Amino acid sequence: MMKAERLAFEYIRRDEEGNVEGITRAVDDVDFDIAKGEFIAILGHNGSGKSTLAKHMNAILYPTEGTIYVDGKNTADEQYLWDIRQNAGMVFQNPDNQIIGQIVEEDVGFGPENMGVPTKEIWERVNESLKAVGMYEYRKASPNKLSGGQKQRVSIAGVIAMHPQCIILDEPTAMLDPSGRKEVLRAVRALNDVEKITIILITHYMEEVIHADRVFVMDKGRIEMQGTPEEIFSEVERLKELRLDVPQVTLLAYELQKKGIPLPKGILTTEQLVREMTRLYG
Amino acid sequence: MTMILDHVSHAYESGTAMQVMALDNISLVIPDGQFIGLIGHTGSGKSTLVQHLNGLLAPTSGNIYYDGRDIHDEDYPKKELRSKVGLVFQYPEHQLFEVDVFKDVCFGPKNLGLSQKEIELRAYEALKLVGIEDEYFYQSPFDLSGGQKRRVAIAGVLAMKPQVLILDEPTAGLDPKGRDEILKQIAALKAKTGITVILVSHSMEDVAEYVERLIVMNRGRVLYDDTPSAVFAHYEELEKIGLAAPQVTYVMNELAKAGFAVRTDVTTIEEACDEILRVVSSVPFE
Repeated sequence: MMKAERLAFEYIRRDEEGNVEGITRAVDDVDFDIAKGEFIAILGHNGSGKSTLAKHMNAILYPTEGTIYVDGKNTADEQYLWDIRQNAGMVFQNPDNQIIGQIVEEDVGFGPENMGVPTKEIWERVNESLKAVGMYEYRKASPNKLSGGQKQRVSIAGVIAMHPQCIILDEPTAMLDPSGRKEVLRAVRALNDVEKITIILITHYMEEVIHADRVFVMDKGRIEMQGTPEEIFSEVERLKELRLDVPQVTLLAYELQKKGIPLPKGILTTEQLVREMTRLYG
Repeated sequence: MTMILDHVSHAYESGTAMQVMALDNISLVIPDGQFIGLIGHTGSGKSTLVQHLNGLLAPTSGNIYYDGRDIHDEDYPKKELRSKVGLVFQYPEHQLFEVDVFKDVCFGPKNLGLSQKEIELRAYEALKLVGIEDEYFYQSPFDLSGGQKRRVAIAGVLAMKPQVLILDEPTAGLDPKGRDEILKQIAALKAKTGITVILVSHSMEDVAEYVERLIVMNRGRVLYDDTPSAVFAHYEELEKIGLAAPQVTYVMNELAKAGFAVRTDVTTIEEACDEILRVVSSVPFE
């Protein structure tokens, strides 16, 4: 579905006169191969290169070195630009910056309309997309009257309506309250499970990562760690060095282990911890 | 300097069919030096409440008293109130504008009409309070990391020497380390200066860790006002209004259901760890 080979991206910093002050290598020698239908989570501290990497996935940025293929197409090849943008949809942090329609269904129809989809099919796509994120009953509402989580789900519906094979979400829950976060995550997981859409989720919330198939941890533009959530979150100290964290329950299990309770590594959920504790002491 | 909210209500689009009661009959006392958390789902009235505290919005009914005086009296010095009650908005780094960090922090006190020396002293002190080192003073604020920018923006408010500091989601969008750094810095600053801090947050884990009093808003009303552990004991009710308890509170409740004799009013990892060890140390391995 998506493949990067020795991908690198450099920002050139300039002073006020336009002289080159220095070069920042925001993405540095990244290789990955993401299969169709995978759920990938990307973690990394602020400035680690996550968003820059994400912007390569739908040809908003082009690599300085190396190549990235989306569905077999090189993003640097201009003739594929629109195919790639349609194939790999992107959702950003702030829902208010992404919604342009006066009513929800109009907003969701904007993408397919621009692609020249026939009117009848636009409506079908709008309805099915809104149903996929659980916002169908709000189709006639004004986006201004929605909560943050609802707005973000409308943004996601707008992307789905373009029938992408892959959705890249760049901190989609950063501005939401706990229930908004849950709503968005549930919608994202359903798209992955039911519609088999490839998901790439960038987040700072460790609890959102536990359902991913694979986790990439970025630092200084490189993929520093890679593995299943269990593998990644068993490295508590290493993650802390990378300015990250683990879910609270994982940290609790880790602290208990240090105090001599023989729990296994990589506990990710409350149920797992309770089960293990019952096995040990029940 | 005690702040009292006496039956405060605020209606948006009052008198029209669109009227929304953003605040509905709120009475609160905020004494000196408390560390208060304010939580509620989007649209619960948190931001409206916070904007009443420094007089940006006026109640449609009820009164707000600061240090015994009604802040909406004709002769009340509003400007003074705004410097005493400092408000740090969401994403405050978007409000940075000066050519260097130091000048940016000077902007607030400069508007208070202080002497140049006093302005610079305050800016220096404020930057130190948020942990920004001298080497950054003459850099452009735009060249700093996300967490640093945010701390500079907070310093800009601190330089006004507020007695009450209100922070609206100060950790949104920061990585976990950045979150910890900001909150530790705020806790340290509170311990050092003794000012009142009101933390508006969507992170239950953060408020559980830092605040001594937690106010929960729902539909413009105060639903709970108690210690974090007492509030999070209502985790089922909190979920109904779009909130949650910290993950460890759920762990403790589930353990209790599974037959472990643990206390369930636990809200931090440290407490949870101690409590679990206390209970299992009395049980021999099978």
